[in-house]
Order: sequence, then structure tokens, then C-alpha cells
Amino acid sequence: MTYFLQQCLNALQLGSIYALIALGYTMVYGILSMINFAHGDLFMIGAFMAFAAATLLGLSFVPTLVFAMLAVALLGVLIERLAYKPLRQAHKMSVVITALGIGILLEHLTLAFSPYPRHMPPLIAHFSWNFGGLSLSSLQLLIIFLSMALMLALDWMVRRTKVGMAMRAISWNITVVPMMGVPVNRIISLTFAIGASLGAAAGTMYAMAYPVIDPYMGIMVGWKAFISAVVGGIGNIRGAMIGGFILGAVEIGTVAVLPSTYRDFVVFSLLLGLLIFRPWGILGTPRPEKV
Amino acid sequence: MKHQIAILGLIFAGWGLAWAIPHYGWLNPYIQLVLMYLGINIILAASLNLVNGFMGEFSVGHAGFMAVGAYAASCLTVAVFPVNWPAVMLFPVALVGGGLAAAVTALIVAVPSFRVRGDYLAIVTLAFCMIVKSVLENIEGVGGPRGFMGMERLTTLPWVYAWVVLALWMLRNLVYSKYGRGMTAIRDDEIVANLCGINTRRVKIVAFVVSAFWAGIAGGLFAHLLQFINPRMFDLLKSTEILIMVYLGGMASLGGSVLGAAIYTIMMEVLRPFGVWRMVLMPLLLVVLMIFRPQGIMGLREVRWLIPGRDRAAVKPTPPGKDS
Repeated sequence: MTYFLQQCLNALQLGSIYALIALGYTMVYGILSMINFAHGDLFMIGAFMAFAAATLLGLSFVPTLVFAMLAVALLGVLIERLAYKPLRQAHKMSVVITALGIGILLEHLTLAFSPYPRHMPPLIAHFSWNFGGLSLSSLQLLIIFLSMALMLALDWMVRRTKVGMAMRAISWNITVVPMMGVPVNRIISLTFAIGASLGAAAGTMYAMAYPVIDPYMGIMVGWKAFISAVVGGIGNIRGAMIGGFILGAVEIGTVAVLPSTYRDFVVFSLLLGLLIFRPWGILGTPRPEKV
Repeated sequence: MKHQIAILGLIFAGWGLAWAIPHYGWLNPYIQLVLMYLGINIILAASLNLVNGFMGEFSVGHAGFMAVGAYAASCLTVAVFPVNWPAVMLFPVALVGGGLAAAVTALIVAVPSFRVRGDYLAIVTLAFCMIVKSVLENIEGVGGPRGFMGMERLTTLPWVYAWVVLALWMLRNLVYSKYGRGMTAIRDDEIVANLCGINTRRVKIVAFVVSAFWAGIAGGLFAHLLQFINPRMFDLLKSTEILIMVYLGGMASLGGSVLGAAIYTIMMEVLRPFGVWRMVLMPLLLVVLMIFRPQGIMGLREVRWLIPGRDRAAVKPTPPGKDS
């Protein structure tokens, strides 16, 4: 029983990181109907920015987090303006290919600057509580609560504020909304900035929980977060959160039962099965193709 | 008729050259190696162009098929066939075996392609690629994550040349056939193609299976050239490399794929002194290409003298329009 609860806690920790990254995928998809394949690498850049802030500048946890989030938000906007915006009217596949290219570009740029895996220094004091065999560390608590807070803030923003309303309007119909006086380009940039900064927050926390970071760390984590977004119904913000936790649970559950090398196999088979039988995900709505 | 004899003569002359270069040592071994990689890349790019260019789908799992072909062909030469068979007999059989194995696994990808399109199909093919890698890592018999070795170096320049010619010939015939026109119709509009009486399911299966078959052959050639394979070689990065060759050369153009593979392979070798920065240049090139010339260098045109066609008008495709 204790073992089970401990695994649940681990699943919650991993799931909240996946959920944060999945939000970036799902927000961009909701607004532009494009899969930002470079998002997993923005998560990686976030981890490296946090590393740079913590070691080179010697900042503590909160400034590190803010620095990483701001830097990656800027990068996200820059990528959107330079690479995706010129392609907004182009064939859909061109954008997807560009995104794949940007992802690899970010990986290899990081590799050129930092060829060796780095070790993230501990940013918060480590202590743990014990509840009858169940141990809860300060880091786990921080990750779970900070992710929850960020997600609730995002949900509130999208549902209650004017900017959120503009985002929902654009995702509903991007051709009509500019005529209503909504500054589409500014909202799209803002979406990229928010998605990227959530990814960076996830990157910072991931680097604290699993302290060895390398330029390729974003590929697998990014893909799994993307699967979370698809599982929950891509384009749906609450779906991405649910999907993240489901994926975290599936992954921890697989490792608890099978050898850990089967983890990716199970996760990607889940994606394949889901795409065949329910491609619109748990909370999404099917979009019939019109002639 | 005269035209065809001339082409046949050229092909045989080319084979003679491919045979003579290693035999008399006209070029140094490094350049020969690059030429062999170039041949393998041509097969990969041309076969991926069938699905991504001619049919307009977006498959990113080509490296997965290559992996299946590489492992299957290696198993055949290492474990199944008697060692004392001469390479002339053993090698083609093993390669075709690898190609067929890849073709069978392609059915797994072809089935979801009936239901999902565009970026979703990209995800399906990517998931497939990851699953292949994950499965290979879990099979101890082929070395698991450590990789598989023990193949003899059976890949030689004349072999690569022969397979490249065979691949281009077969793909060209397919593209100019009824199926090829079906693929172009699917690219332009799948629903209308269906209404026009094209059996879109069948056309898709043919395209995926043929494309995977040639990826498998290329994988077999690759494995017997390098004499060592491991699952990490066939990841998303490899798929992206093939995508770059296809889109650099031009969508729906076999000649373009030859050109794209040539430019990419040679550029990567020339830039080798720059180390990791050449890997930065590669994706940058792709991004710039997508922004300024999304259809690629040859974009929807064909190199006539390389890939002779019967009728220009019949195969002239419409450019991929703005997404409706």
C-alpha cells in the first residue's frame, strides 16, 4: 500500500511536468492548428537557462525560475516571428517541417555551446517528511504545488480575462476575429510566450528533480508531453492537464510492473491506439472534414 | 526506341564505371565510401518522396522502416544463410528479405493513414518509428541497445549502383502508372479522388508498402556497409535527414531527390571540419528553404534526362495550393 501511494506521488510529480509542457503544445495548436514540434526543445532550453542562472549568476530558486521563464518566452516569440509567421499562409506541412527543423537547430546550438551533460546544483533546501513509510520531499511538494498554481492561473486567464477571450476567439475562427478589432499577431505572440514560459518552468523543475541535463533531453520529454496533449484532446487546455497526469500515471505504472526499457514502447503504443480509435482525445471534439 | 537503347547503354556504362572504380582503385577509398552513402541516401530520399511528395502525406517514420530492413537483412546474412554461399547469391536475397520485412511493417502505418491525415499521420509514423526503436532495444537476440554486429562488408559500389538504378526505375514506373496518378490525385484532394473512382485505400497501401520496401533495402545496404547497427542510429534525426533531402531536392520529383541527396551528402562531408556547427547548419537550411522555396529546388518538376517520362502533360501536377 505504501509502495502504491509512493508511486502515485511519483506519478503526480512526473505528470505535473508533462502537463505543463503539454499546455504549450495545446495552446499553440488551439490557436494556429499547428504542432509546434520545437516545444520540447524550448523545455530543454529552459533547463539550460536555469542552469546558467544558477551557476553563472548564482541566483536562488525564484530568480532562477523567473529568468528561465522570461528568457525562453522571448525565444519562443522570436521563433514565432522569424520562422512561423512568414509561413502562416503557406501549406500546413511546411510549418510542421519548419518546426521540426527549429527543434533540431535548438538542440545542436545548445550542443555547440555545451557539449557535455551538465549537473544542476540544488536550488532549494532538501528535507523530507515521513508519513508511516511514505516519504514526501520538499522538491516533490514544490513541483506539484507550483505546477498546480501555474495551471490554475492559466485556466483562469483563458476563461476570465479579455486576453483569454481573444485567444478563444482566435481558435474559434482566425479569419473573422481580426475584423472585430482583436490584435491577432500580438495575441499569437503572447500565446507563444506563455506556452514557452510554462515549458521553461517545467524545464527548471525537471532539472531540479533529475539533475543531469543534456541538449537531447527535450526530445523524449517533449514527445511524451505532446502525447499527453493528444490524449486529453489537443487544443483543449483542461484536456492537456488531464492528459499529462494520465501519461505520468501510465509511465510510472509501466516501470513499476515491467522492465523500464518497455516504458517508451507502452507509451507510444498508447498514442498509436488512441489515434486510431479516438484521434480527438478525451475532452476534444471530432472535427469532420468538409469538402 | 532509340532513346531507350541509349538509356540502357548509359546504365550499363555506369555500372561498368561503378565496377571499375574500386577494382582499379581510381578514387581513394574515402570518396568511394561517400559515393556509397550517396547511393543509399538516393534510395531513401526517392522512396520517401513517393509518400511525402507524390502522395502529399507527411511521414516521418522512414528511419523506422530502414531499421527494420537493416536488422532483418543482417539477421539473414549473419544467422540464417550458410556462410559459404557466394555473396552474389546471398546478398540480394538478404536485402530483398529486409525490404519485404519493412514492407510488411508498413501495413501497420498504412492502416491508420485511412483514418488520419496531415499532422496526425505525422504523429502516427513518428510513434511507429519510436516503437520500432524501442522493440529493437528490447530484443536481446540482436544485441538490444548495444547494437548488432558481425555482418560482412558485402556492400560495394557496383551493388549500390545497381540497387539505385533498380529503385529509380521501379519508382519511376510506379509514378507514371495508374497508381502514380492516383497518388497525385490523393495529394490534390483525397475526397475528390475517392469520388472519381480511385481506390484511395489501395493506392495508399501500395505507396506505403513500396516506399517502406525501398527504405528496407537501403537499410540493408547501410548495415552491410557499416557492419554495425544500433537502434539509436534510426531515430528521428535520421528521419529528418531524409526529409531534408526530399524537401531540398523537391517534392514529387525523383530527379529532385537524387539532386537533394547529392547536395546534402556532399555538403555534410565538405563541412565535416566544422564539427558540430554543420549540424546547426543542416536544420537552418531546412527552415530557410521552407520560408523561401517550400517546394524545393526541383519542386514538382522532373529532371527529364535522368527520369525519362512518356508524356509531359499527363504527369504535370498542380502545385500544392494553400491549405483549404
